[in-house]
Amino acid sequence: MKLYEWAAKDILKRRYGIPVPDAHRVQTPDEARVAAEDLGGAVVVKSQILSGGRGKAGGIRFAASPDEAHGLSLDLLGQRIRGLEVRDLLVERRLDIRDHLYLGLAVDGSARLPLLIFSTRGGVDIEEVPDREIFRRPLNLEEAQRPGFWPKLMAEAAEGRGLSAGVVAKVAGVAEALYRAFVENDAELLEINPLAVTPEGEVWAVDARMTVDDDALWRHPELPRFEEGTPLEQRVKALGLSFVELDGDIAVMANGAGITMATIDVLARFGGRAANFLDAGGGAGVEATAAAIEVLLGTRPRAILINIFGGIARCDDVARAVVQVKEQKGIPVPLVVRLAGTNQEQGVEILRQAGLMAYQTMEEAARAAVAAARGG
Amino acid sequence: MAIIVGEATRLVIQGITGNQGRFHCARMLEYGSRVVAGTSPGKGGQEVEGVPVYNTVREAVERHGANASVLFVPARFALDAALEAIDAGIKVLVAITEHIPVHDAMKLLFRARSRGTVVVGPNTFGVISPGKCKAGIMPGAIYSPGPVGIVARSGTLSYEIANHLTLAGLGQSTVVGLGGDRVVGLSFVDVLEMMEGDPETRAVVLVGEIGGTAEEEAAEYIRTRGRKPAVAYLAGHEAPPGKRMGHAGAIIERGKGTFATKVEALRSAGVPVADTPDQVPELVKRALAGGGG
Repeated sequence: MKLYEWAAKDILKRRYGIPVPDAHRVQTPDEARVAAEDLGGAVVVKSQILSGGRGKAGGIRFAASPDEAHGLSLDLLGQRIRGLEVRDLLVERRLDIRDHLYLGLAVDGSARLPLLIFSTRGGVDIEEVPDREIFRRPLNLEEAQRPGFWPKLMAEAAEGRGLSAGVVAKVAGVAEALYRAFVENDAELLEINPLAVTPEGEVWAVDARMTVDDDALWRHPELPRFEEGTPLEQRVKALGLSFVELDGDIAVMANGAGITMATIDVLARFGGRAANFLDAGGGAGVEATAAAIEVLLGTRPRAILINIFGGIARCDDVARAVVQVKEQKGIPVPLVVRLAGTNQEQGVEILRQAGLMAYQTMEEAARAAVAAARGG
Repeated sequence: MAIIVGEATRLVIQGITGNQGRFHCARMLEYGSRVVAGTSPGKGGQEVEGVPVYNTVREAVERHGANASVLFVPARFALDAALEAIDAGIKVLVAITEHIPVHDAMKLLFRARSRGTVVVGPNTFGVISPGKCKAGIMPGAIYSPGPVGIVARSGTLSYEIANHLTLAGLGQSTVVGLGGDRVVGLSFVDVLEMMEGDPETRAVVLVGEIGGTAEEEAAEYIRTRGRKPAVAYLAGHEAPPGKRMGHAGAIIERGKGTFATKVEALRSAGVPVADTPDQVPELVKRALAGGGG
């Protein structure tokens, strides 16, 4: 789950004492004007969307006065930035920034450890900064909690980068707090970019991004909840299925993320285009599978391709689900089913009795689905 | 020989009294795996499918010589259960459980490394050495013993490919499911290294997918140190650019992790990449005939 900037910064400030510029979250231009007045006039108006690259897409603007903040808010609210509607703005005190640092924590799949990333060339172009300007270090889970660890590590990370000892000490304090926040909130990603240094040597978290592990949300009732994805994706997610909308016309369902991706690939190889990615999971029963098929029908495809390799999932359950939907709701488009593996014979027989056939391989089924979608 | 599990493997099933544990205990016994004990806190003294149930892994180790665990414990309790198995001296931990929080997985693997425990998963279908031991939830019937090692990130897709191989007369030495989570115990490279040292394995099939850098690392290993022939299939050619993990993800992966970079890395390491799963057996036959092994 991604957190909005305002929510991530709120956590960093309130619970971890990381310096964050004063700001107000607003939803109307009038509120923006009042916020800017309160913050002394010169402010930054920031669109709150669950996506990076806001600055480059015009979602972050600078206002010299409350009137200007009002005007910019009028323009930004309701606009779509990177495909997402702007409903909230963060009106933030504008800082005089000398250095833009980058400080981030992520999960390093290769090291199987948290990864610290630091650069003195932070800001909007961080992704283009050459490797040698980026310090990376997988963190030993025990060492990262020892006293003295963070000052030493950050001194190493900042060596030769022109930061004063005082600034490095402040950065180390932020890094240590950030690590605590990363671990305590089950974050997958927690980054401050920029971590701004003012001419006076103060250090401020000007922008923050945080993604919390969905699998750990149960132990974080204190965190706010934000939904991502299209309305349809959200509805299907609530059914416990993994679903992504694509732009083709053949609805696809398979059991397992890898085989679902492979089904979409094989479909494309034979000239078809998938309307969606729907992973019904390894062991979906009749009802869950029927619900998944109904979701597919709801996308109004030209054909449906169901590709099942039964391991834990049983072919007879899938066949029963198909027949159930066919009898109760009707399936008005060509339906191509591939069944292999556990209880294949029973599944094929159930389909046959309902007047449906099943293919044995996914390659054959994909070809048939492409032909069906073309009306052949 | 095979790798990770074999004739000498004595399994304990953690979470044996749950639905999944109970069901798959029966399937593993049916296959001929030595399931010597199960655990379920507070249920010690019961039996499941004739297998004695204990409260702790330590009892299973002490009384039955269990040396490998298959873990079905629900995600919320999985970390504690896994640590218990590691501390009881279990050598191979197969963590079937899905949705284990990533920070729990990092803690689990951190401890496993310090104790030398091999962790398969989490979120894996398990590991099988056909004809010898099935430690997981894969359908046993699709495998047959033979010279091909399979290492896969994804379960069902690997079943698809194992099935094609078996139908083509190409049996398997060991099939390893790395696990679908971002942080898992074994990498492609770890398993490739084990397969290099396994006389029974004469060729390796990698079943990968987009995201992460594990396939690129595997390609680098094969290019520099691999002696046995390898073949790959990758899923995700048509996947739209996935959810980006903020800047950090882009910085970590830096030009890796896409379908194209993975295929390029593998091909330049001399690993043929199949366009569709049904092409894999033909590529393996050619690799075996090409004098590998």
